[in-house]
Amino acid sequence: MSSTLPGSSATAPFALPDRSGHFDQFGGRFVPEALFAALGQLQDSFDDAAKDPAFTAELDRLRRDYAGRPTPITEARRFGAEHCEGARILLKREDLNHTGSHKINNVLGQALLTARMGKKRVIAETGAGQHGVATATAAALFGLECRVYMGEVDTQRQALNVARMQLLGAEVVSVRAGSRTLKDAMNEAMRDWVTNVDSTHYLIGTVGGPHPFPMVVREFQRIISTEARAQVLERYGQLPDAVVACVGGGSNAIGIFADFIGDKSVRLVGYEAGGDGVETGRHAATITAGEVGVLHGMRTYVLQDEDGQTIESHSISAGLDYPGVGPEHAWLAATGRAQYRPVTDTEAMQAFQDLTRSEGIMPAIESAHAIAGVKQLARELIAAGNSSPTILINLSGRGDKDVDTAIKWFGLDGSADLTTGDLS
Amino acid sequence: MTGFDETRLGLSGQVYAAAASQGRPALVGYLPVGFPSVPGSLAAFQALVTGRDGVGVDLVEIGMPYSDPVMDGIAIQHATARALERGVRTRDIFEAVQAVSEVGGVAVVMIYWNLVERYGANAFARDLASVGGCGLITPDLTPDEADDWMIASDEHGLDRIFLVSPSSTPERIESTLAACRGWVYATSVMGVTGARSETSTAAPQLVSALKSIHSGLPIGVGLGISNGDQAAELGAFADGVIVGSALVKKLIEADRASNEAAGLDALRDVVSDLADGVRRAR
Repeated sequence: MSSTLPGSSATAPFALPDRSGHFDQFGGRFVPEALFAALGQLQDSFDDAAKDPAFTAELDRLRRDYAGRPTPITEARRFGAEHCEGARILLKREDLNHTGSHKINNVLGQALLTARMGKKRVIAETGAGQHGVATATAAALFGLECRVYMGEVDTQRQALNVARMQLLGAEVVSVRAGSRTLKDAMNEAMRDWVTNVDSTHYLIGTVGGPHPFPMVVREFQRIISTEARAQVLERYGQLPDAVVACVGGGSNAIGIFADFIGDKSVRLVGYEAGGDGVETGRHAATITAGEVGVLHGMRTYVLQDEDGQTIESHSISAGLDYPGVGPEHAWLAATGRAQYRPVTDTEAMQAFQDLTRSEGIMPAIESAHAIAGVKQLARELIAAGNSSPTILINLSGRGDKDVDTAIKWFGLDGSADLTTGDLS
Repeated sequence: MTGFDETRLGLSGQVYAAAASQGRPALVGYLPVGFPSVPGSLAAFQALVTGRDGVGVDLVEIGMPYSDPVMDGIAIQHATARALERGVRTRDIFEAVQAVSEVGGVAVVMIYWNLVERYGANAFARDLASVGGCGLITPDLTPDEADDWMIASDEHGLDRIFLVSPSSTPERIESTLAACRGWVYATSVMGVTGARSETSTAAPQLVSALKSIHSGLPIGVGLGISNGDQAAELGAFADGVIVGSALVKKLIEADRASNEAAGLDALRDVVSDLADGVRRAR
């Protein structure tokens, strides 16, 4: 299961993006001229690395010996029986990666590219902190200077991850502009990059931003579906009926979709953060409720007002709290190859508890959106005549970072249920 | 003898040509519409044109506030965020252009692309042209993605001012110059907007790279200019000197003190200092 890196024409059924970074009308490079040289350098470095067996071998080694790949597939039998009408639910265990999420896949690849470009400093944006932690981890491993931009709201709801990044030697900058979440962290990272582009690589964590980032990140996340497709075929002798993931910017979803895009029989479904409900306007369901526009260097679906000003998104999950989405998802949605549906905070938290109690696996709240979606999707597939559907979920991260949020949501107080031992 | 190509000067390039015929660089001043309020910004735009004693900037750059301004530094972000909170709309640009015209000024608009696309590139060009605006400076739109804008600006006779930077390759400098009409905006330092204590050493190199192409376009240089001495230094080799954050800061100070009149007063002083600067540049 060695990685077929880029160019990836070997594995990609579509020759997109095109050379200028477009997925039909989506994608592109809407950035200041000052960044074009760096985007070109990244493209060249990536193309060059893709052809270099030494690069691929080194990435394979890091994935295996450092990140712990391949990650297993776990059949969630009790969850399937109790919550999904008996459907066969398979979890791709990206939560078992080093640092606890799929983010390490992309970060190791881009850190290798950073070294290849001779740059000594990386910057990153982070929402939930998963990408920030992964970046800080790779920076420690590669001896790179690292600064992570994080919205002030997110530094508060993900304080544990802020401390993790600091322990790893990264500098965490709390961004107080705008909505003080992921989008504003991206703005600040872009500004840093415009200023320090000679010495610095902007290690974007999602399949968004200007070309070539959506392609580069997809290729580094493709390993998820390359492994999963082979694992499912080997164990069950068939492809899954559906492959699903949560979608914020969309990197874990592209990772699990990529090698299945050409399998026409496989349904692809992405679950967006529905927040308080799409009808309330307080959500992050970009494809469901957004309109085509330009944000962070790409043309995609954007939550925006009548004038084109970005509307602040809302989600209990910091990692999905973003008013844009990767351009390839916009394209997959527009072409109908994938469907995107909203899942509310309430549904996601219920699913968080369901999976935890039925399988002993605590998902990240981001991933819990996909878990929630599958409960509904299983019923639909069964109702449509597939009596025992197989659904593959990308369990993109583990839920340790979300325990504080869960304590508040479920009204736990951290004290024991019963006491014993009193001498009375 | 300016070395400019008349056929490429469009509307706003004429301002550079007029300044050059007086043997000096043009002065371009940026302020955002809607700060401290829409009416307050109209008064500020007029103060840019008239200065302390009737001599101000040659060209007004009307900035449209945007929720995600990746090219803007702290001062401009502060002002544009307030402007958005206070309800500025894209259509307020047209009122600002008219306010500039009323006092005999000439205006271009600096705007992030999503706002134009949302309005409709052709509709925006039509409405801007109808009030006498000269064209657009597009910080996040390069010729690579500008097909719609090329068509709309041609149809309505507007200028296209694209940016070049110290990191631009010779090929990109050439293709960007080819796509411009009016003038070209040279960002003299790597980074976002903001007044700096020293002007950049990259500026002379970038200007000389631009001049070596012989595009016939005037070259405006911006990012980092805050006073008349810097304007004089830069204006020795640039066709135009662009000032933004230093002007915005005066309005921010006045807004904090809730003293709009003082803001306009301070603005006029800076403008006059800068206008003197460009007049002793050569």
